[in-house]
Amino acid sequence: MFKTGSTARDRILANVRKSLAVPAGGTDPREAVVARRIAEHRRHLVPARAQLPPSELRAQFASYLIRGKASVIDVATSDELPAAFAEYLRAHNLPPTLRLGSDPRLAALPWPSAPAIELRHGRADPDTDAVTLSYAVAAAAETGTLLLVSGPDNPVTLSFLPDTHLVVLDAAMLVGAYEDAFDLARAHLGAGVMPRTLNLISGPSRTADIGGKTVMGAHGPRHLAVFVLG
Amino acid sequence: MACGTLKRMKPTAADFKANARVALDDPQLQRALSGLPTGLVAQRTSAKAALPEFEAFRTIGRDVKNHMLANLDLYLERYEAKATAHGAIVHWAETASDAREIIAKICRDVDAKLVTKGKSMVSEEIGLNDHLEAEGLRVVETDLGEYLVQIRKEHPSHIIVPALHLTEQQVEAEFREKHTHLPKDRPLPDPASMVAEARAIMRQNYIDADVGITGANFLIAETGSTVIVTNEGNGDLTQSLARVHIVITSIEKVVATLEDVAPLLRLLARSATGQDISNYVTFSTGPKRTADPDGPEQYHVVILDNGRSDMLGSEVRDVLRCIRCGACMNHCPVYGAIGGHAYGWVYPGPIGAVLTPAQLGVQTGRHLPGASTFCGSCASVCPVKIPLPDLMRKWREAEFRQGHQTFLAKAGLRAWAGLAKRPRAYHLAARFAALTLGALGRGRGGFRSLPFAGGWTKHRDLPAPQGRTFQQLWAEQQKGLAPDV
Repeated sequence: MFKTGSTARDRILANVRKSLAVPAGGTDPREAVVARRIAEHRRHLVPARAQLPPSELRAQFASYLIRGKASVIDVATSDELPAAFAEYLRAHNLPPTLRLGSDPRLAALPWPSAPAIELRHGRADPDTDAVTLSYAVAAAAETGTLLLVSGPDNPVTLSFLPDTHLVVLDAAMLVGAYEDAFDLARAHLGAGVMPRTLNLISGPSRTADIGGKTVMGAHGPRHLAVFVLG
Repeated sequence: MACGTLKRMKPTAADFKANARVALDDPQLQRALSGLPTGLVAQRTSAKAALPEFEAFRTIGRDVKNHMLANLDLYLERYEAKATAHGAIVHWAETASDAREIIAKICRDVDAKLVTKGKSMVSEEIGLNDHLEAEGLRVVETDLGEYLVQIRKEHPSHIIVPALHLTEQQVEAEFREKHTHLPKDRPLPDPASMVAEARAIMRQNYIDADVGITGANFLIAETGSTVIVTNEGNGDLTQSLARVHIVITSIEKVVATLEDVAPLLRLLARSATGQDISNYVTFSTGPKRTADPDGPEQYHVVILDNGRSDMLGSEVRDVLRCIRCGACMNHCPVYGAIGGHAYGWVYPGPIGAVLTPAQLGVQTGRHLPGASTFCGSCASVCPVKIPLPDLMRKWREAEFRQGHQTFLAKAGLRAWAGLAKRPRAYHLAARFAALTLGALGRGRGGFRSLPFAGGWTKHRDLPAPQGRTFQQLWAEQQKGLAPDV
């Protein structure tokens, strides 16, 4: 029934249209519906737990992350971050070496205030990097979920290769719903632009594939520490 | 170290009855299955309780997926355009063999030796591992559960917990047998030690892999992204460390926007594992950018049809809403008794009972829709409200129309229908049966065995009727209750 030379793509789409009984020829009224749905990207229901006042959102964000076996550390100003990292590394008996990308907000930190910390830049090295550092673009309090954007500023391997992953989050970027966080990501990236990966991270790596018992650190980080700034 | 040749899954759905018998008599399997009610089922219940809007989201989930299916061709076109604009190479496969060949060719073109693979039910559906291994590639499953079934040369028995059928002790024995590069007497006292062992093995595979293959839970038309959902992070290491990332997915996975994915994400993990969200939800769009220090140089998306575009125009269209959470099988008393392998095809449980006859034909899959009491648990937990018992009933009707039932079943149904359509005869027969059985059984209270009722009396006694039929009792009670008569 198909003329030779038609592609698998055309045949699949033609069969979809046949099954949907789409009339051939003329303008398809569905086109406008589809275009509008994408352009407007309207929200559906947003749960009440994502619409709490900011202070409650922050407490809820922390409690979900902690329940998911992550750590949450409040830091008042960015000047205090290097010392907070150093303190975390000391407390967890970790080597004082951090791997990070070229995020300008991290580059601008007063690193001399934590002289023990050695910085390495670029993608994660699975052989040498025990601890990595990223900057989140946003977070959703409804489930304690960080949003990270891949690229030279925050290479994606930093989130998955080390044993311990440290993430900085601006408190101003902590919102309630996934939809709110998506909007912040859209604003950060520019209209219609996506990074290679947009990562939603809600805790350290885990598995329950052996006997149904949860074990941390299946393939990715065993520990996730979130430094909430401001 | 082991990475055996996996034989392409040969459907054994036609042998369902024999498979089920074997499963019921397998003590290891029964022990593994006994954890379901206190595990995944209880976890879903508490996750649902913590989101008061959960039922409203089920309705939204149904409506979102229905909208996508009604406009599927248009969203696929838009997805393709957007993905291509971000550097993706999109391939279309009408059949399983087309998809296998497309993926094999990508691997050949980059001279691949080692392929790592995240969990993908579509890859199971097309028998991908076997095909790639026949091409001389080494294929390593990176999801721990998938890795376990791979080294055992088995297939997943559950769509989100592939090794649900295995106990901790079986895994330990398997690791000792297959990981021969490690000391024989090493301690493996608990799951944590076994996970650590698998982690160390998998690390090197991620790094050495030429091609990383993942599935996709969703495709997003707005952004041109594929989305994966994992707890382990294996899908991310698979796609970010290999030179080439291939996504194998199917046409019904497309949704319009990030806002349309949000309610589905709220439903998916809660329905699957009872988590509020899985640890890692990753939106992948294209290969590494010029300035990126990591990520694959090529990004391919293979979109499979394999009968789905036909299903779209059929009575079982609703099944295409499925987001593969596994809640239907977790809550199914039949799955809970026999596990996933007895179903004999990639998708077990209630969703498999609807998909298998569609994919393998009514003749092969006909026992699966029959293996249900129509208790309705599956439909009541489905996050996108697929009316699974109704769809199973449609397959039963098709089985009857096509005449696949046994002579006895057909004759029995015909006799029942004849009686049920004649109320007088039905009442008479019921009274006769109640009287005779009552007279015969009154002395001992019930029957331990009865001709034609072995299926019932094998497992429990049939109580003797107490004298009158329900119809008689009802009529008498109506009289007594009606004051004006």
